[in-house]
Amino acid sequence: MTTKLFGEPVQRREDARLLTGQGRYVDDLGGPGTLAVAFVRSPHAHARILDIDVSAVLDVEGLVAVYTWEDLPGQLAQPLPLLIPHPALTHGRTALALARDLVRHVGEPVVMVVAEDRYLAEDACALINVDYEVLKAVVGIEEAVQSAQLVHEDVPGNVGAHLVQEVAAADGRDARQAIESAPHTLAFRLDIERSASMPLEGRGVFARWDGRDLRVYSSTQTSTSVRMAIAAKLELPLTNVEVIAPDVGGGFGVKIVHPWPEEILVPWAAMTLGREVKWTEDRREHFISSAHERGQVQHVKVGFDGEGRIQGLDVTILHDHGAYTPYGIIVPIITSTQLLGPYRIGAYRVEFSSVYTNTVQVTPYRGAGRPQAVFCMERTMDKIAAALGLDRADVRAANFIQPDQFPYDQGMIFQDGRPLIYDSGDYPESLRLLKELIGWDTFERRPGLGIGIGCYVEGTGVGPYEGGHVQVTSDGRVHVSTGLTSQGQGHETAFAQIAATELGVPIERVSVVTGDTRRFGYAVGTFASRAAVVSGNAIALACRKVRDKALRIAADALEADPRDLEITEGVVHVTGSPTASIPLSTVAVLSNPLRYSFDAETAKATQFAGTASYDRPPIAEGEEPGLEGRDYYSPLRSTFASGMHAAIVETDPLTAEIRILRYAVVHDCGRLINPMIVEGQIHGGVAQGVGGALYERMVYDSHGQLLNASFMDFLMPYATEVPHIETAHLETPSPLNPLGVKGAGEAGVIPVSAVIASAIEDAEGFPIDKMPISPSELFHLRGLG
Amino acid sequence: MEREITLVVNGVTRQVTVPVRRLLSDCLRHDLGLTGTHVGCEHGVCGCCTVLLDGDPVRSCLTFAVSVDGHSLTTVEGLAGPDGLSPVQRAFAECHGLQCGFCTPGFLCTATALLRDNPTPTEDEVLEGVSGNLCRCTGYQNIVKAVHRAAEIMAEES
Repeated sequence: MTTKLFGEPVQRREDARLLTGQGRYVDDLGGPGTLAVAFVRSPHAHARILDIDVSAVLDVEGLVAVYTWEDLPGQLAQPLPLLIPHPALTHGRTALALARDLVRHVGEPVVMVVAEDRYLAEDACALINVDYEVLKAVVGIEEAVQSAQLVHEDVPGNVGAHLVQEVAAADGRDARQAIESAPHTLAFRLDIERSASMPLEGRGVFARWDGRDLRVYSSTQTSTSVRMAIAAKLELPLTNVEVIAPDVGGGFGVKIVHPWPEEILVPWAAMTLGREVKWTEDRREHFISSAHERGQVQHVKVGFDGEGRIQGLDVTILHDHGAYTPYGIIVPIITSTQLLGPYRIGAYRVEFSSVYTNTVQVTPYRGAGRPQAVFCMERTMDKIAAALGLDRADVRAANFIQPDQFPYDQGMIFQDGRPLIYDSGDYPESLRLLKELIGWDTFERRPGLGIGIGCYVEGTGVGPYEGGHVQVTSDGRVHVSTGLTSQGQGHETAFAQIAATELGVPIERVSVVTGDTRRFGYAVGTFASRAAVVSGNAIALACRKVRDKALRIAADALEADPRDLEITEGVVHVTGSPTASIPLSTVAVLSNPLRYSFDAETAKATQFAGTASYDRPPIAEGEEPGLEGRDYYSPLRSTFASGMHAAIVETDPLTAEIRILRYAVVHDCGRLINPMIVEGQIHGGVAQGVGGALYERMVYDSHGQLLNASFMDFLMPYATEVPHIETAHLETPSPLNPLGVKGAGEAGVIPVSAVIASAIEDAEGFPIDKMPISPSELFHLRGLG
Repeated sequence: MEREITLVVNGVTRQVTVPVRRLLSDCLRHDLGLTGTHVGCEHGVCGCCTVLLDGDPVRSCLTFAVSVDGHSLTTVEGLAGPDGLSPVQRAFAECHGLQCGFCTPGFLCTATALLRDNPTPTEDEVLEGVSGNLCRCTGYQNIVKAVHRAAEIMAEES
């Protein structure tokens, strides 16, 4: 493997088109004749639909069709799928593609309008009259739990799911017993508010029907599963449906949910009308009709010894999942399992109730329950340190799982339904690097200047599987495809680095396609920091198959032993003898015996070329034509990346403004495929974390109106709000997969709220138990002080 | 109500008939087929739709197409020169200043105007200069780096 690109900061192959306006996002598709869709959405958080009057729109110029629930046929009229059932989700509920008699959040789609363009479609929406009987809305976790009003009449107490998980201490005691007998105990409450993925490109769907086949472009994180959902909902044979995720303008979790109502309604309209149809979500729609995350209330009890070692931890979580549960209870499951972080604690009990409210549904947003988990555990560590008068880093170190304790079984079941066993890591070394990077031991705190720390472990690369297909064509090009999708992570580059390294070809000859079911039909999707791990390894394995085949064919042609061959710069040659060689392009030609030639190269494989043996058929038994290979990687279980962040924060004594002066990250995602890309993922994650810590929240009023559903009012950080991020990497390879990699996509965001809270607490001298925190909230806390 | 307007887009004179309420962003994208200009919020906050109007950055989602009748526009499609990518485009690639690419056209247009007016910006000037554009992927660090790098490339090549 002389063409070594694995581990190098290779510049991105996506960039040329994205820098010149040649990217193809969903809204860029479709010609002048494409019809546009707009939706009438519920203005009420909870209401009964009494009547829908569309008569005023029927004469609107450019109107093509108006659909309500009553128009939807068969499966399309049934509730949307509950994607991830779980025994604890006893009362899972999903929405209808268009509301029938009840709406349960502002933004729920009620009427679909199709018109010649979007302006006309929105004109028509404004003329449709929906008569509602407004019902009392359930807003906020506490109101949900009080259950004076129900979001779903058949869900008592508004509780969708309830789950208790317990891990006993080594001596058999449970968490509550361990806490009771511990030398020290603490009890407290923590709050985290809602935020959202908020990709700059919203969702979008474009569909084309040719009378037999349906092609759908969707801004999705899972094209293969959207395809299956569309086939099921529209009752089409799977083979007649293809789904493509074109360039996608960010996902961060929200686009893993599927099928969205629009993802099945738009294709159905295209089939019904026989026209190309497109819907592009606008920003307000994204705020009120896609998904949010993060909102939780946590009640914590902890027992610990004089050195800060946790003997028992008991956490009760109230999780607000909004109006519906299409993505199951993945978020609170991740919170409750990843809460343990890099620590080896005595006994653990975690109980969560996942409750309905009349607000936008809650599904994973980058970090997916982990920011809340880490907030909980790291606040706990800081409180233990404060109670004992110990250094906060020392308390963490006292609880770390040690490098010689891997694999470490936390005794729980993780979000993939498999054991929560950490594969590898070096937490003490990580902490040492972090303390050095931020200058922990020499930092001098003073009022208004504080330092904070946060540690996390992230289960990445969850299964069940991904696949890779690799084909070398007779022009020497290498075509790689995998089914999962890309939203800016640089997969075309990272996967090409893997293929170029494995095959020994120049990266310029490698092209990568993701998220196109025409190229690869079996996949799960892009989420849970899994693409590099699962698709990356699948592509490596597929490349190894291709390499083996290339060496077999080349050995035959060169009359050499395959074991003496290597591939360098796209040429197979005998090790140590560069003249005895054959280009991969020729190997590709030889791999595919031809009757017909179309150029000089392929003429070598035709039937009168004199290269074939008469003793065996042109395709030998057990072989297939073509220099290509397909393989899958199905992980035994998740691989656990980790990291630690620290920040120095200044708070203004008068205005209570909060400024992050320094931000340091130590990150361990196993072997790095492309350090430049990993670094970029961390930067972006930290920026979202800063948003979640200091600025972003979803402000609902008591009627369930989202008051800040615009970029004017929902404050995402600009360049001026994000600190310079200093990073150091640790590479603890994963023993679980051939490449030794772990996921990196979500890492940056996970501990930020915990770190900033820790630093503000240090600067101010009173507890910070609620995030995000604004200057006025900090000012208010000072007043209570 | 429709009106015929003339726009000089990326140096090419284009005539187009648009409803008077047509946003410039929609006109560029859907009437002229220049889909490189993106629309992220349609209320003038995110900056994805930034184009250069007579050389200065504007939000094309807050501008009616008919309002710029007779004016010159540069979109992301017009930033590259005959010799290839502009220094700003090259610097963004070199510094990994983009991930999903959706906000990128707005940043490129903004940075192009910034460096034309101030070829040697300070750290604060760059921060301030790009702080009207949202990016959800990069955390901005590499965007800021790219703007400085572009200034360097322009200095080297001038």
